[in-house]
Amino acid sequence: MASTLEVPISGAQIPKFQKSVPFYKRVSIPWVVTIAYLVIMLLLPISALLTKSISVGPAEFWRIATSPVALSAYDVTFVTSLAAGLINGLMGTLVAWVLVRYEFPGRKLMDAAVDLPFALPTAVAGLVLATVYSDKGWIGQLFAPFGIKIAFTRLGVLVAMIFISLPFIVRTLQPVLQEMEKEAEEAAWALGATDRQTFLKVILPPLIPPILTGVALGFSRAVGEYGSVILVSSAIPFKDLIAPVLIFQRLEAYDYAGATVIGTVLLLISLVMLFVINALQQWGRRYAAK
Amino acid sequence: MPQSNVSSGIRADLIGPPLLIGVAVLYLALLLFIPAVAVFYEAFHKGFGEFLKAIASPDFLSAVRLTLIATAISVPLNTVFGLCAAWVLARNQFWGRSLLISILDLPFAISPVVVGLMLVLLYGTNGWLGPAFNTLGIKFIFNTPGIVLATVVVTLPFVAREVMPVLEETGPAEEEAARTLGAKDWQIFWRVTLPNIRWGLLYGVLLTNARAMGEFGAVAVVSGNIAGKTQTMPIFVEEAYKNYQTEAAFGAATILALLAVVTLVLKEILERRTQRKGGH
Repeated sequence: MASTLEVPISGAQIPKFQKSVPFYKRVSIPWVVTIAYLVIMLLLPISALLTKSISVGPAEFWRIATSPVALSAYDVTFVTSLAAGLINGLMGTLVAWVLVRYEFPGRKLMDAAVDLPFALPTAVAGLVLATVYSDKGWIGQLFAPFGIKIAFTRLGVLVAMIFISLPFIVRTLQPVLQEMEKEAEEAAWALGATDRQTFLKVILPPLIPPILTGVALGFSRAVGEYGSVILVSSAIPFKDLIAPVLIFQRLEAYDYAGATVIGTVLLLISLVMLFVINALQQWGRRYAAK
Repeated sequence: MPQSNVSSGIRADLIGPPLLIGVAVLYLALLLFIPAVAVFYEAFHKGFGEFLKAIASPDFLSAVRLTLIATAISVPLNTVFGLCAAWVLARNQFWGRSLLISILDLPFAISPVVVGLMLVLLYGTNGWLGPAFNTLGIKFIFNTPGIVLATVVVTLPFVAREVMPVLEETGPAEEEAARTLGAKDWQIFWRVTLPNIRWGLLYGVLLTNARAMGEFGAVAVVSGNIAGKTQTMPIFVEEAYKNYQTEAAFGAATILALLAVVTLVLKEILERRTQRKGGH
């Protein structure tokens, strides 16, 4: 893309220093800083984790990775994160739609508040969610009479994960909604389409890639979440213990092998999610270009 | 309005929007507004005195100090790195560019607890580099350097990620013109590039700062959680809450929540600036 932009501007002078300079001469201070920093801050720590996990040995790795407490922690982590992502896939889409399409008092405040989970430290989020959603809390007491406990159960983990993943869906969808042309809907109406048909055949299709991207981003964030969940859950194994908290507990017990194995499993899943998100974003770009 | 002669459109306009807005407001109230109000209510409903007592405790003040140290080191470091990385990625096409972007995004994808674990494995007593630094008298884990390092790693991508699209959008034409006119690298950076990217850069710095002050998972792993020594503000909140010191927990939480509010206000201002600028 950049090259098509450069050609008409640069004319006769630029190509000579763009093409003929050998690679090693382009290596300037920014290059050195970027590569060195990424190696020291990211690649070195990641290699330390992977090396340690190889030194554990495949049989022992498999035994720890599939131990009952680990399996139950994956279950709580991934199923709850997925539920949080899907709930936000629906409700976040609704929020984005309302923010883009309607004008009403308090819209600006609502729009700004969507970023709160990005800005609010997770420890504070966990603290306040645990308070508000406890049996005697402002919201928890509405559910308590029905026997529904939220804080310090799996539902509390769900609420925390919904909280932190909400902005990912809204902020991914908003620009796409803003660029959507209302004329297409009006044309569909004018041609006799019903509300349902207009929604399903005109409005929804271009929104699917960004919604899926947002859900994937939110899911990926929820899987790794620690701060808010540790405060809102009871961290009891087989009940509401998530994988990051399990890693923490293993480290506190000086069980480095156990922590490393679970950490490697989480790392690999994060990498897979990174590729999934990249693929979804490319799909969305191609869809938008069409 | 063309849709006014479509009957289904009128019905949808009268009933649909208020209902949808109502549901959206209710959802955000349960998730964001009520909890946000609750932070300040819990901190102040027993009077301002209790709040002041909570935030004047020596443990809290040393937590503030440690958080400020970690932020004061990680923000400038990641700003310099972010500018370099954004330039490398936005101004150059090379083999492995998208791989480099993926590596840059890793701290967003990896759980903060796993980041902390990696640092423990690398700089701990049995790690690759731990013993070497120990002989130099530098202890990373359960100590300030480890907390700073953890903060740096989790906040690494923000500046680079915010500056990169701005650089891509402005294009290299102005910089090349300056170079043709005889400007040196530093002059081009200060006089041409920096003014162009300043709002994006500030935005990245703002996000880095907010995350640095609020980071919990990665710091909790490497800190060892020693009161008055290796507690940052978020860890102080958790520790106070676990010890049933609700006032102290909410006192500290209020300070952090105020930080979030300031961040959101500044973000709003920066977004308006960039939009106005983009309009020209």
